[in-house]
Amino acid sequence: MTITGIAAIGAGLAAIGAGMGIGRIGGSAMEAMARQPEMHGKIQSSALILAAFVEAVALFGVVVAFLQG
Amino acid sequence: MTSKTLNRQFLTALILAVSFIGFAKEPAIEGEEGKEKFDPKEMILHHVKDAYGMHIATFNAGKENELHLTIPLPVIVYTDKGLTTFSSSAFHHDYHGHEIVERNGQRFVNVHEKVYVLDPGALEVAYDEEGHPINAHRPKFDISITRNVFMMWVSISVLFLIFLTAARRYNKSDNYVPSGVASFVEPLILFVRDEIARPMIGEHKYKRYMPYLLTIFFFIWINNIFGLIPILNGANLSGNIAFTFTLAVLTFIITTVSGNKNYWKHIFWMPGVPVPMKIFLMPIEIIGMFVKPISLMIRLFANITAGHVIILALMSLIFVFKTVAIAPVSVAFSLFITVIEVIVTAIQAYIFTILSALYFGMATEEEHH
Repeated sequence: MTITGIAAIGAGLAAIGAGMGIGRIGGSAMEAMARQPEMHGKIQSSALILAAFVEAVALFGVVVAFLQG
Repeated sequence: MTSKTLNRQFLTALILAVSFIGFAKEPAIEGEEGKEKFDPKEMILHHVKDAYGMHIATFNAGKENELHLTIPLPVIVYTDKGLTTFSSSAFHHDYHGHEIVERNGQRFVNVHEKVYVLDPGALEVAYDEEGHPINAHRPKFDISITRNVFMMWVSISVLFLIFLTAARRYNKSDNYVPSGVASFVEPLILFVRDEIARPMIGEHKYKRYMPYLLTIFFFIWINNIFGLIPILNGANLSGNIAFTFTLAVLTFIITTVSGNKNYWKHIFWMPGVPVPMKIFLMPIEIIGMFVKPISLMIRLFANITAGHVIILALMSLIFVFKTVAIAPVSVAFSLFITVIEVIVTAIQAYIFTILSALYFGMATEEEHH
């Protein structure tokens, strides 16, 4: 397997990790919003910020894969 | 649904569909330039990277009366022989190092949108195995007005136009009721103030940071939007690492300068934990200080670049499979991704601004007992 192939697998693994993380954030945020609709705005903005943090780690992986690939 | 909204939706869909011609045309041009096989990777990288001229479209590609529609931009390079300037049209849309431009007793070539100076005596570029020129070198300074610089100036002018018009409206009217452009920008400015600056920085200190936060919010947003306009050849400014690096450095400088005693104490001598833990946490906090702006930089860069790459990759599917049958699928998917990207433009501007505000808030937080 070439280094490009390994880089592609790395990018895929990063996507899986980010997907799980953002999925959990999104699911919990939806649940919280359903329980307390009056907190909708606050929950949404914190969910977006948290998603950005999770995504950043995945993007580090993707950028490394880019550089390698 | 009334017929009016239906009409409007149809028109919007039509405009979006037509605008894709800009993307779809490109690969056809690439194929004409002496290469038989269409290489999606090269096409995509060429699109995402900076370039010396703004290439808009090509008509009659490969025929006698081939016509390139471009906005030529100045190439400004500083070499051993001093400053040299010429128009990017001198390269005749060549970026494979074939076209040699002689100015000031030097020969310039464009190799993958980077100007190289040929060594004295060399008549054409020679490459090593990795495709790097061996008998040519980069000029000392390359301060060309590239398409990214050009688009940045365009977006600055647009921002000035919008906000000066809005500001003039407030000067004119006595009752401060927003109208015209002002009624469009006022909710956005209030959003930045009430949803980003106030909760993140705090009631007493947010005003100092408002000009910066508003500037980066609108600057990033408008550049993200300009990057999505296909006819501008997707000048990928906010997907340029140098651009996001500069913004992240500005955030880092402001955070560091406005850091108070409490902030530095949390970095060097974390209160409320035992001494071994304090020593253990110090390097982590110092690394964290630098990781924050780096993650800001990578996030914006990677998000915007990934969006461009996905759209272009979907479009190049048509040319990889060499059939029109795949076109509806790829156009539909690109349309879907583009709609998502329109949302992403706003979300990324919001995230960058809110995280900057969060860091400013952390830097200025007072000690609470």
